[in-house]
Amino acid sequence: MADDIKPRLRVPGSAKKGEVVEIKTLITHPMETGQRKDTDGKIVPRLIVNSLVVTYNDKPVLNAKLEPAVAANPYMAFFLKVEESGTLKFTWTDDNKQSWTAESKIDVA
Amino acid sequence: MIGSRLTRRTAMMAMAGALVARNAFATVDQAKEWLAGHAKGTPQAGKVTLKAPEIAENGNAVPLTVSVDGEMSEKSYVKAIYVAADGNPNPGVAVFELTPLSGKAEVALRVRLQQTEKIVAVAEMSDGSLYTASREVKVTIGGCGG
Repeated sequence: MADDIKPRLRVPGSAKKGEVVEIKTLITHPMETGQRKDTDGKIVPRLIVNSLVVTYNDKPVLNAKLEPAVAANPYMAFFLKVEESGTLKFTWTDDNKQSWTAESKIDVA
Repeated sequence: MIGSRLTRRTAMMAMAGALVARNAFATVDQAKEWLAGHAKGTPQAGKVTLKAPEIAENGNAVPLTVSVDGEMSEKSYVKAIYVAADGNPNPGVAVFELTPLSGKAEVALRVRLQQTEKIVAVAEMSDGSLYTASREVKVTIGGCGG
């Protein structure tokens, strides 16, 4: 399963100075809630992505803490004010402390 | 999802929902408690807008957008958005901590809803003031075990 986990980003490649752009993210992850039972009636242990941290040029933009009530393949969209060219970095972490990272560059025209 | 389109998968989901239905659900008070545990103080109504469908056929992934009125400057910004649902097994949904770099206090995500219930969001401003809004979503099929 772990091999299937892949982050996806939709980030504009360029922006005007001071522009507020929308950032969309998704990571393919089953987000086991710890409530579901398998065919043997055993509870499937909880395993969710519980955190997404986003920075721009190493400055914090968004820190999201997720609970099991977030749907599988957690999709999140948020905004970023672009004042300078830079790199947007994303880090997802799950209950097993496994993490996935992605980054994307934005150029200020 | 209805009539002839009832597949094995939807039937199984309905069964899974029925199994979970025996568990205790969060109550309105528990949702308030969870929110109070994150945001200290009494929130006032206003400033927060929740966008979600009125009726969600499938509670597994209900699109939700939370936006907060207010500027996002170094002096004054929306510091955090807390989201809870009062009819799920656990009331918490997510916490978003924002910064002035966010530019606009709006987040979108997809949530699991177990049953027809209310989504409550609380926004915390940089000066510590709290604002809240809620919205009921009618759920036809609850999110599997969630």
